[in-house]
Amino acid sequence: MNTPFPVASSGFWTAALMIAAVIVSSTAGEVLTAAAMKSIGDLDEIRARSGVKGAIRAVITCPLFFAGVSFLALAFFALLFALNHLNLSLVAPASASLTLVTNAIAAKVFLKENVDRRRWTAAVLVCIGVYFLAH
Amino acid sequence: MAHQPLRPRQYLILGLVALCAPLGDTCLSRGMTNLPRISLAHPGSLIAAVFTPWVAAGIALLIGFFASYLTALSWADLTFVLPATAFGNVIVAFLARFWLHEPISIQRWAGIVLITVGVGFVANGPSLTERPAPSAEKVADLGAVVEGEHVR
Repeated sequence: MNTPFPVASSGFWTAALMIAAVIVSSTAGEVLTAAAMKSIGDLDEIRARSGVKGAIRAVITCPLFFAGVSFLALAFFALLFALNHLNLSLVAPASASLTLVTNAIAAKVFLKENVDRRRWTAAVLVCIGVYFLAH
Repeated sequence: MAHQPLRPRQYLILGLVALCAPLGDTCLSRGMTNLPRISLAHPGSLIAAVFTPWVAAGIALLIGFFASYLTALSWADLTFVLPATAFGNVIVAFLARFWLHEPISIQRWAGIVLITVGVGFVANGPSLTERPAPSAEKVADLGAVVEGEHVR
């Protein structure tokens, strides 16, 4: 039987829920990790000053980093679960392209990044490009 | 205000971010599709999947990606680094076309052009949001606190 979406035997809403779980957990993880790395400072400079051990210590003693990694781990297992039920041609473009847009919004709201017209244009172009490339 | 151009080492880090992520995802996909269906009733089988060769190779590549990604995030904005990760898809498409001689449809070429233009847009701008420098009073307060710590 031909289905309108390459969702194997899963229904549309189940597929949407699986992809949404990947997007939400991934966005939370990336924003928290970015916040952690900004609070730590330039890793290249830390490594030059205190060596690789110093750089690793700076990262693993930051609580925000662990919060970010927890969400990224959740996103990873959500992705494994989705890949086991849905086709790669659906999961990869949908999660990758939508995550770019949700990250741009989250970076502007939570990280106060200067997401100007140039970055919005890039996010949208890359989002459509990823969809075309992987669909 | 003029922005600081990236150093060659920083371009290398962004290149690693772009390359390791799609290669890792491809290994994961191959590993997971080889496995039987996993249900939520047996979450332990997801853990067991981590130790299969393709999934393990994918995880090793993704660890390389994560290390370079963290380094990039320490000196650049999230909205600057993320398009670089998408550029990896372009690299994989070119490898598929010129190394594996796979055909690439017009739709995929359009995707490649859009991602390249998008990454070009971001790469031409500043990599980091300019923050206002701390005021002279705050710097003086910090200096007093540090001096106090030394006295103690």
